[in-house]
Amino acid sequence: MRDFDYVRATGSDHAIEALAARPGARPVAGGTDLLTLLKDGIEAPEALVDITGTGLGAVEHGPDGLTLGALATLSRVAADPAVRASHPLLVQAVESAASPQLRNMATIGGNLLQRTRCPYFRAETALPCNRRTPGSGCSAVDGEHRAAAIFGWTGHCVATHPSDPAVALSAADARVRVRSAGGERTLALDELLRLPGDTPDRETALDHAELITAVEVPALPAGSRSCYLKVRERASYEFALVSCAVVLGVDGRKRISQARIALGGVAARPWRLVEAERALVGVELTAVPVRAAVERSFAAAEALPGNAFKVEVGIRTAVRAVLTAGGAR
Amino acid sequence: MIPLVLRVNGREHRIEVEARVTLLDALRDVLHLTGTKKGCDRGECGACTVHVDGERINSCLALAVMQEGREVTTVEGVGTVGAPHPVQAAFVARDALQCGYCTPGQVMSAIACVREGHTGSDDEIREWMSGNLCRCAAYEQIVAAVRDAAEAHRA
Ligand SMILES: Cc1cc2nc3c(=O)[nH]c(=O)nc-3n(C[C@H](O)[C@H](O)[C@H](O)COP(=O)(O)OP(=O)(O)OC[C@H]3O[C@@H](n4cnc5c(N)ncnc54)[C@H](O)[C@@H]3O)c2cc1C
Ligand code: FES
Ligand code: FES
Repeated sequence: MRDFDYVRATGSDHAIEALAARPGARPVAGGTDLLTLLKDGIEAPEALVDITGTGLGAVEHGPDGLTLGALATLSRVAADPAVRASHPLLVQAVESAASPQLRNMATIGGNLLQRTRCPYFRAETALPCNRRTPGSGCSAVDGEHRAAAIFGWTGHCVATHPSDPAVALSAADARVRVRSAGGERTLALDELLRLPGDTPDRETALDHAELITAVEVPALPAGSRSCYLKVRERASYEFALVSCAVVLGVDGRKRISQARIALGGVAARPWRLVEAERALVGVELTAVPVRAAVERSFAAAEALPGNAFKVEVGIRTAVRAVLTAGGAR
Repeated sequence: MIPLVLRVNGREHRIEVEARVTLLDALRDVLHLTGTKKGCDRGECGACTVHVDGERINSCLALAVMQEGREVTTVEGVGTVGAPHPVQAAFVARDALQCGYCTPGQVMSAIACVREGHTGSDDEIREWMSGNLCRCAAYEQIVAAVRDAAEAHRA
């Protein structure tokens, strides 16, 4: 690992100034992704600005929803009684991520910005990867791509976003508050996290020296039910193969009145099943009609030979999550 | 080199480290507290688990310079051969190890797990101890040791 300068920011203004002063500087929060990237030589910043002392770790709740300070650790978010009461899907997603130790370090802001787990991107010796070395090609398209995307990818990159919390936040319609010297703005997750297009190395909409300060999570619709379901290759301490977050309204006759569905592990950002959300309204809460509605969103799925099974896994995960959220299984 | 005061097991150490040095490497190579083990060095195995301000973390993914002003506890700080921590005693009674390489991390994680109260059932213990891998697969005995320690803690 290359050495770097270290700056301890005393507040967010100080952090933004310190970052703006050096194009090669990067913020560090929990460090759980950044340290791994540094060790493997995937990133080599000239300075790290420690933002853990910026006082952005509070978890607040009001009538309109939650405000999660960007520096709130995953443990803190999941342990908060107000979060547990209002957003169980977020608690389930957070508690299914990483390990207890990692969740004590990992922050909610850093979690959204963690980089892909594609084996070529993470390789110990650099292999062609357009995310890692722009223009070098994508090894995964013709190589090992079992975990690769089935939505929103291009020949330039088939990597997925590995976060669990982001998927729950997407279904909750959360927005990310960011700040730079120029002021504040808020972004939807779909705006923060970019699809690869022909510039997969440009992963987010953040400018240099722009910090996430908070994640705003609106209250879920009154009477709605929710669930986060994670499918993976071992029971715990493993990234999702596919995951699904659902927020569901169900009427007195057991029919779906409203649905928001986000899938994880299938694209470079949480993937909302927009067609399925529309088709589910008025549908009876049983497996056959729910599956028919969910399949509408998979008309656009595109798989490679090695990850074709993810289409069926994705459909089944979404169906099960909808039925579970609705209390039908 | 960055001068740094590191508080470990109740003692202050004045050291100098490069910014890139992890807490794990500072503990082992600078302070010679080699009880904390390095397995994967990537957050994947839990061998390096220590407590910072009472919470379990992976010291391989923590920078030493970021720990100033915090209280670090390592396996050397929780018990001695003559007076083991109740969790250590439970590991011995249940024979919860073979080679022992993962054990310091398991013990530090288990102490926190018991304190957090994530010990309501064997399934809950497995889930909340899942950040610690054991290459010798002493998992059944580790779960039993944590269960025993949790019962003693509640009593
Ligand atoms: C073994 C292992 C297993 C894991 N399993 C899972 C899993 O199952 N599910 C899951 O969701 N995650 C998993 N993770 C990922 C983990 O959750 C993330 O690494 C963590 O959430 C990142 O947060 P952090 O605070 O440590 O970020 P850091 O590593 O400090 O930073 C990550 C990135 O975000 C930037 N950054 C951080 N905070 C801000 C901010 N406020 N504003 C602007 N930029 C910022 C940094 O510059 C860096 O680029 C796993 C990680 C490991 C090592
Ligand atoms: S050495 Fe830290 S988790 Fe493996
Ligand atoms: S006892 Fe050998 S690794 Fe756990």
